[in-house]
Amino acid sequence: MSFNRIKKRWRALFRRHEVERELEAELRFHLERDTAENLKRGMSPEEARFAALRSFGGVDQSREECRDARGVRLLEEFLWDVRYGMRMLAKQPGFTCVAVLTLALGIGANTAIFSVVNSVLLRELPFKNPDQLMWVWSNRSDRDKAPFALPDFLDYRDQNQTLEDIAAFSNIGLSLPGNERTERLQGMRVSADLFQLLGVEPSAGRTLLPEDDDPAQRHVVVLTYESWQRRFGGDPRMVGKTLNLNGEGYEIVGILPQRFDLPNREAELAIPLAPDADPLRSERASVNFLRAVARLKPGVTRQQAEADLTAVVARERQLYGEAYLKKTGVQLVPLYEEMVGGVRTGLWVLLGAVGLVLLIGCSNLAALSLARASARHHEMAIRKALGATSRRLVRQTLTESLILGVLGGGAGLMLAAWGVRFLLALNPTRLPREQEIGVDLRVLGFAVATSMGATLIFGILPALQGARTEMLGELKASGRGAGQSARRNRSRSLLVITEVALSLLLLICAGLLIKSFMRVQAIEPGFDPTNAMAIRLSLPQVGYPNREATALFCDKLLARIQALPGVEAVGAVSILPLSPGIRSVDFSIAGKALSPGDTHVSRFGMVTPDYFRAMKIPLLYGRPFNHHDNANSVPVAVINETMVRRFWPKGDAIGARINIDDNNTGPRPVEIVGVVGNVKHLSLESDPTFDVYLPIAQVHNDGVGVFTNGHYWIVRFKTTSQEVEAAFRGELQNVDRDAATSNIKTLDEYISDSVAPRRFSLRVLTIFSVAALLLAATGIYGIVSYTVTQRTSEIGLRLALGAGRSQVFRLIVGQGLKVVLVGVALGLIGALAMTRVIRSMLFGVTPSDAFTFATVSLLLILVALLASSLPARRATTVDPLIALRNE
Amino acid sequence: MKKQKADLLQGTLELLVLRLLRSGRFNGWDIMQRLQLVSGEVLSVTPGALYPALHRLEDRELISSVWGPSENNRRAKYYELTDKGRKQLEIERRAWERFSGAVALILRDA
Repeated sequence: MSFNRIKKRWRALFRRHEVERELEAELRFHLERDTAENLKRGMSPEEARFAALRSFGGVDQSREECRDARGVRLLEEFLWDVRYGMRMLAKQPGFTCVAVLTLALGIGANTAIFSVVNSVLLRELPFKNPDQLMWVWSNRSDRDKAPFALPDFLDYRDQNQTLEDIAAFSNIGLSLPGNERTERLQGMRVSADLFQLLGVEPSAGRTLLPEDDDPAQRHVVVLTYESWQRRFGGDPRMVGKTLNLNGEGYEIVGILPQRFDLPNREAELAIPLAPDADPLRSERASVNFLRAVARLKPGVTRQQAEADLTAVVARERQLYGEAYLKKTGVQLVPLYEEMVGGVRTGLWVLLGAVGLVLLIGCSNLAALSLARASARHHEMAIRKALGATSRRLVRQTLTESLILGVLGGGAGLMLAAWGVRFLLALNPTRLPREQEIGVDLRVLGFAVATSMGATLIFGILPALQGARTEMLGELKASGRGAGQSARRNRSRSLLVITEVALSLLLLICAGLLIKSFMRVQAIEPGFDPTNAMAIRLSLPQVGYPNREATALFCDKLLARIQALPGVEAVGAVSILPLSPGIRSVDFSIAGKALSPGDTHVSRFGMVTPDYFRAMKIPLLYGRPFNHHDNANSVPVAVINETMVRRFWPKGDAIGARINIDDNNTGPRPVEIVGVVGNVKHLSLESDPTFDVYLPIAQVHNDGVGVFTNGHYWIVRFKTTSQEVEAAFRGELQNVDRDAATSNIKTLDEYISDSVAPRRFSLRVLTIFSVAALLLAATGIYGIVSYTVTQRTSEIGLRLALGAGRSQVFRLIVGQGLKVVLVGVALGLIGALAMTRVIRSMLFGVTPSDAFTFATVSLLLILVALLASSLPARRATTVDPLIALRNE
Repeated sequence: MKKQKADLLQGTLELLVLRLLRSGRFNGWDIMQRLQLVSGEVLSVTPGALYPALHRLEDRELISSVWGPSENNRRAKYYELTDKGRKQLEIERRAWERFSGAVALILRDA
């Protein structure tokens, strides 16, 4: 279309009056000329004018056709429809508010969840060529996906042929001295080329560079964006400053970008790994603490690289034998999968659930719109009589729905932007890629598409109804033609059936999750969490080079804490059950021939003698540790029930010996002196594990670092936790001022936190289900209410003819119930098919749990009965005389 | 059939208007007078049909308009042919000649 035509169209739309005046002038000119000619021919003024008009041939029609020629008819009509629609909506503020609110909530919730799904699942990772990036796991005979040791990493790095680069990392705790106390930060040791490998640009300063791995260089560190903001206030002068970490100076050389998380999301900073100078680099049996990310060479497949690295492990096994007996190879997992695989199901389920709620909301709106449309039948009939085409009427009704859709969608989008932040703040665990979540074009597109879709769903039915208006019938009747009502009622019934079925589906899912949650909460953790608190402690490595020093510290602190009033028992352990972090150790039964199948893995705890009493972990046989178990006596161990049942089914574990591999040289024997009850380590839902405990005084010096790095003190108290905490801190200062505390929580809190993610998704799904239930109930109320209004005269007739009021009540409720039962039946069928989708989120409950299905169905039917009974009661109060008179 | 006839009439009318405007700039009334002169009783063209035709032609950018004073010093809308209109006229004229020639041929033989 040329520029001129656009100008003309614009003028026709927005300078309508001018254009109309011109048209008038042009036609008037013609008529006046003709009139003048007629006058000249001798006619009278009236005759002249009349003749001119007659010979013109239909001025009004001509005018209309000239208007058509302007080419903006559709747009003009649309703008008119919009104005008309807004007027109509303003006339019924109740309906408009309900509609816009429903849409805003529905579209907002959907857009919010979608923006999370988009950023976490759909968007590509924010790295260079992300499909070349792989997470590196070590495969072992007893478990897949394990971390590996430093020498292994060096071998992978130096001997591979398929990788462009590989970078390893591990967690590390670092002490940061402060004015009041020393704080313990979570950090990471990373290969200095990690950031280059990923393709990450700093937000200030620089990232780590390969040369930083050289220990001859000065110590450098990079901060995460969040840490920089939270701890240092985003001060731009931080780059260049030096931090005192673990007693040494580290220069801050840069800040990582805002939308980037280190592999450990809680870590605040990263220091170079410096593997080539690490003392463990030649210790083949050293602790497996590293994970890595690798970039494939272009053209190399994952399988090829896996085979390549597994060959490296095979070579290691040939050269170094024993230390690599259990290491079978390497597994590569695409980085994307590793990062988001765990939350995928949950997020899609959430999106599905919220989509269902929107559908139900739209059904309600459709029913409301239908009721509204039938009230306007007169208006439609008149317009049709005046020449409006069916298509035009449909367009007009749809435009009205469109206005609602746009208003609701706009409000929903704003709600989504705010709501996402709110939801994320409530979420107890951080989502992967949470930093990247935001509204982008795709989210916007989703919001628009959802608005349009919703508009179509609730707008199409009343639009079609409006078009089907029969002129004469409508104009004559009082607006209640029987044929029309029956069809409309059927549409409405169908809507309610759909709503009921969808709500049932959601409610069943919520019910299954609730049952799972209750099952999980009922699990015994293996210890008594009431009136006990755990304090995480870190000791400076410098002051505690060996187990003697560590044991001495523990004894001193133990004595002081035990002496406090209000303290019932106190103990310490290297890793607390239900806290993040695992410590495992390989062991084998002494006296059996060694082959790969004979080494097993157990959880490993270094404890003070009173630990079991402090935690109230029951002692089943033998004895706990005591002060005679020290560096000079026989090395002893305590194991748990599961282990005894597996290896000493006859129960003669006491006195038996096992070889444990808790140091860098090789396994050493310990004697079993006691057996305690099982304890849940990773989560309440996890399977039973083997547990091996050693007394602090007897741990290998190689393992002391792990203990001093971070361990937990358990204090069982009789007073309040605050008092105990304050007292503990005070005593700690007296023993060692440089010890750093962190994570002070009660054991009850640890248990609660361990189920927090499950609780959160349960809460969200329950909110959606309740919303769906309310919407469905409203829908049922609406339809029954409308039926009552429609059939007022019939009810009046029945009552006049002698029907009892309770009969009428039962009649109305029965009709509503019929519809609901059909919906419930459909919903149950749907649920049977669909609940397997959430199977991975359930615990101790099958996806077709009969109890849940039955209870939820009953609940829904009860609510439906309630919703129907209200208008039904209204029916019973109908005065037959008034009703009949209105006929 | 009626619609076809109307379309045919509409197309013919527009062609005639283009032809008339080739000789100069005229307002609607002038065009009406000339049309009646030229076609006489054969084509019953009313002003009611002419003005929409003029507006359609203007929308298609085949003619352009400008307001100016008429003989009796009243303001009137004057139309004239555009270059595009000139070209279209030539195309249509040739098409019409071919068409009427073919019809004449058929009718003669029959």
